[in-house]
Formats: sequence, structure tokens, C-alpha cells
Amino acid sequence: MTQHPVVVLDHVTRRFSAAPALDDITLSIDRGEIVGLIGRSGAGKSTLIRCLNGLDKPQAGRVLIDGQDITPLGENALQPVRRRIGMIFQHFNLLSAKTVADNVALPMKIAGRPAAKRRKRVLELLDMVGLADKADVWPSQLSGGQKQRVGIARALASDPLLLLSDEATSALDPETTQSILDLLAKVNRDLGLTVLMITHEIEVVRQIASRVIVLDRGRVVEEGPVARVMASPQADTTRSLLRGLSPTLPRDLAALLAPAGDQALVRLDVHGPDARRPLLDMIAQATGHPARLLHGGLNDVQGIPYGRLFIALGTANPQKVQAALAALTPHTTAIEVLGHVPRDV
Amino acid sequence: MSPAMFDLLLRGLKETLIMTGVSGLLSFLIGLPLALVLVTTDRGGIFEAVTLNRVLGLVVNGLRSVPFIILLVAVIPLTRLIVGSAIGIAAAIVPLTIAAAPYFARVAEVSLREVERPLIDAARAMGATRWTIVREVLIPEALPGIVSGFTVTLVTLVGASAMAGAVGAGGLGDIAIRYGYQRFETEVMVAVVAILVVLVCGMQWLGDRLARALDHH
Repeated sequence: MTQHPVVVLDHVTRRFSAAPALDDITLSIDRGEIVGLIGRSGAGKSTLIRCLNGLDKPQAGRVLIDGQDITPLGENALQPVRRRIGMIFQHFNLLSAKTVADNVALPMKIAGRPAAKRRKRVLELLDMVGLADKADVWPSQLSGGQKQRVGIARALASDPLLLLSDEATSALDPETTQSILDLLAKVNRDLGLTVLMITHEIEVVRQIASRVIVLDRGRVVEEGPVARVMASPQADTTRSLLRGLSPTLPRDLAALLAPAGDQALVRLDVHGPDARRPLLDMIAQATGHPARLLHGGLNDVQGIPYGRLFIALGTANPQKVQAALAALTPHTTAIEVLGHVPRDV
Repeated sequence: MSPAMFDLLLRGLKETLIMTGVSGLLSFLIGLPLALVLVTTDRGGIFEAVTLNRVLGLVVNGLRSVPFIILLVAVIPLTRLIVGSAIGIAAAIVPLTIAAAPYFARVAEVSLREVERPLIDAARAMGATRWTIVREVLIPEALPGIVSGFTVTLVTLVGASAMAGAVGAGGLGDIAIRYGYQRFETEVMVAVVAILVVLVCGMQWLGDRLARALDHH
């Protein structure tokens, strides 16, 4: 077993005409990790993933797969490398002229495994993805989620070192997405397979990735453990990608916000064990007035709670507001007075 | 209809079938590889060779732009070289193939081009060799279209083989010209046309069925 990372990108730059799709990217992925690579469309995610199996070539920098520099390799020399990398796609890319079993068997056929062994392995793989009874049907007879399961079985057929997922759940409904993510997490757990998922859905990253890399205009703008990045995003891109996930002030409340009024309204972001503190009591003790939770929510990233709360302090007195902020600040990742609201909302 | 006329029509049908069948088979064997070369050597193709692609495209267009009746006469020296005679069924097969192979190549090319790029990339990502991509992806995925295209080619060959009657190739077309047209035997003309209609309809029906059976989209 080798010690080096499964994937290393070393100052990789890829340009199409003038604009760089990848601009001096350096990153590495360790064995057994699930890394989420997130960014808006056009951020360079697809180009990056295509550079990992040589479908695309950087103009500068090196791409190392399991320690081997693949950048100088030609189409023929890349083939053995590609056979160690499984890939799943947004639109599945199953061959319509082959049955489910033959689709799954294709990577093994490519690798030159004998037919008898292929059939046995295909059935094992289909069993693993929960489609043991679909071996001999055509892909067109399957639902989207089933097709992606076949895609996963096919990607695993060559016993890969690395699984690349290119927006694998973007064409699926939320429930199916969930089941596919569960399957990928299971594959990672049971086989110790390294997974790189590119997605524009923060939810996907939240659910199964251990680490997240945020890409914007071809650059890595943020990187770190998912729980940390989601709780306190540093880059604007990350914040805007996360926006859909955090609660925002409902319109009726936002309309009532005024520079002056009965009670101060604060927004606080909490993360980790602090999210489970008696925050309302802490405010009440600091101000001497009961605090009211007007809106907000807690979520969890792989067991770690985080969230955003909108609380009316019960007073507009600047000193008392300051006291409340002072009491809360050590326990929040962000806190802000948004304005004032009437006492009867 | 007299028994003699019946025998004549039967022989004509047989000759037409042989001419269509043999030139159809040859067109398939020449046209499919030609179509594969046209698709895979194009810009961005898996065997990219743009100059070869341009030259081949020009040759195919050139052959396709010659009216069949002219081609029939123009290739007589070549026909003599290959089959030793410029008259008869075997002699007709040469110009028929030269006309039909580029035609079928273009028709098959369209189907091969419809195989989506992501499918080819998926096979590349699996580490498939280029030949494997041709064998496992391009041809199987395009097969329903190729079969439909071949059916069209065969039907066109039935019509063209009737013209080949003009160089003494025999077949139903020859009978229609000599008996039906030149001798005003309307009965023969009607019979020939009826046989051709049934033949073409049968071929089309069979081709459609086969294409549908192969299509799992």
C-alpha cells in the first residue's frame, strides 16, 4: 500500500481561448476521503474532473494519480490509469444497446477479464446496488435512480482506486438523491474507496463529504472540513452557495424592520455544542427581559449542529442590547443587530 | 398470363434479387467502414486525421454526384477489368456497388454521428481502446439507424438495378423495358411494377421491424 495521496493537482492551469478554466489549482485528496468539489456552473469543476483521467489536459502544472504524473501520457498510456478510476455522470451515460449486466461488465471486458468471471462479478455488483433482479433488462426500462445505481455498479466494476462523480445526483429528485448519496457513503465505508464528487448542490456536500473544496472562476477559494466551512464560510462564493440552506428572515418580518422600535432583532449563527445552549435564557438573564425566537433553524452536518436564529431581545435599550450581545458573542460564529420590531410581532 | 411469361418474370425477379443482394452486401461491407472512417477521422474524432477526412469526403461526394446512368457507362472499363465482361448481372454489380457504397456510407455516417459524445467519453474514461469504442459503443449504439439506412440503400438498389437492365443486366427492369415498354405489353408492365411494389414494401417492412427490434432507447 502506498502512502501518497490518491490525487494531487500541482499548480494546474487549463485555458480555453483566453479565459482560464482552471487557474493555478493545487490540491490533494487522500485515500478513503469523500471530497466535495463545489462551485457554480462555469467554475471549472467539469474541466478539473476531466483533467483527472486525462480526458482534458492542463497547459501547465502536473496531475498525479496515485503518485504517477499523468500529464505527459498519451491516449494509449492513459488507458491503464483510467481503468483504475471509476466515473459516474449526471446523465448516467449508459449504453442503450447493452443490457444492464453488459453495461456493468464493460469495464471488465475492457480490462480483459474472462467472461465467466465477469458475469459473477456483475451479479455481485448489481446485488450491492440493489438491482439484482435487473441484470437482463435494458437501461431504458429503468428509472433515473436505478440508472445511476447501474452507473455506480459499472464504475465499481474495475475495482477502482478513485471514484469520480460528475453531478451524479443533479438530474434526480430529492428522495432518489438521498438514496444515491447513501449508496456512495456505503461504498466509501465498505470498500474504503476514495470519492471526489463535483456538484453545485451544497446539500450533497453537507450529507456525505468529509472535506469540501470551493471553486470559483477556476480558483480554489475555500477548502476545509465540511462542518467548519458550512458553519463559518470565509469566501463570498461559499456564503452565496450556502444561502439557500440557511433560513432567511420571512418577508413580513423583514417589512417590519425599522431603525428604531420596541425590541432589537438580532441574527445569530451558531455551530457545534453552542447550538444547544439555552440561548434564550442567556439573553433573558443579560437583559432582564424575556427573549423571543421569531424565526430560524438548526441543521446538522454529519452530526454537528449548526444554524441561524432570529431573536427579538425584548428590549431596545442600547445598554441591555450590548449586554445581550456580550453574553452571546462567545457562543456564536456571527451575531448582528438587524434593526427593531414592534413588541406584538 | 402464359406459363412462359410466368417463367420470364420469375427469372427476372431472381436476377433482380441477386443484383440487389450482392451489390447491397458489397455496399454494406465497403460503406460501413467508410462511414466509420468519415466519423472517426473528423475533427475531434477518436482517430482524428482531418486531411484524410477531407479527401475521403470529397471522393464520396464526387461519386454520389454522378448520375447513375452515366456511372453505369463510365465504369465499363473497370467492370471489364473486374468481371471480364461489361454485360450481364455480374457486370451490373460493379456500377451498382460503386453507386450504393458511398450512398450507404453517408446514411450510416449520420447514424454514427448521432452517438452522443458523452457516451464515447464515458468509454474513454473506462480506459477503452479506440477499437473497443468502435466495437462496443459506436456500432451497437448506431445499429438501429444503420439498419434503417441499409434498408433505404437496398430499396434504392432495386430501382437502380432496373436501370442496369439498359446494359443487358437482366432483371425485372430489363423485362419491363423490353416487353412492357418496347412491345407495349401492358400486362407485363403491370406485373413487373406489382412485383417491384411488393418487393420494396416487403424489404421496407422487414428493415423497419429489424431496426425496431434493435432499438432499446
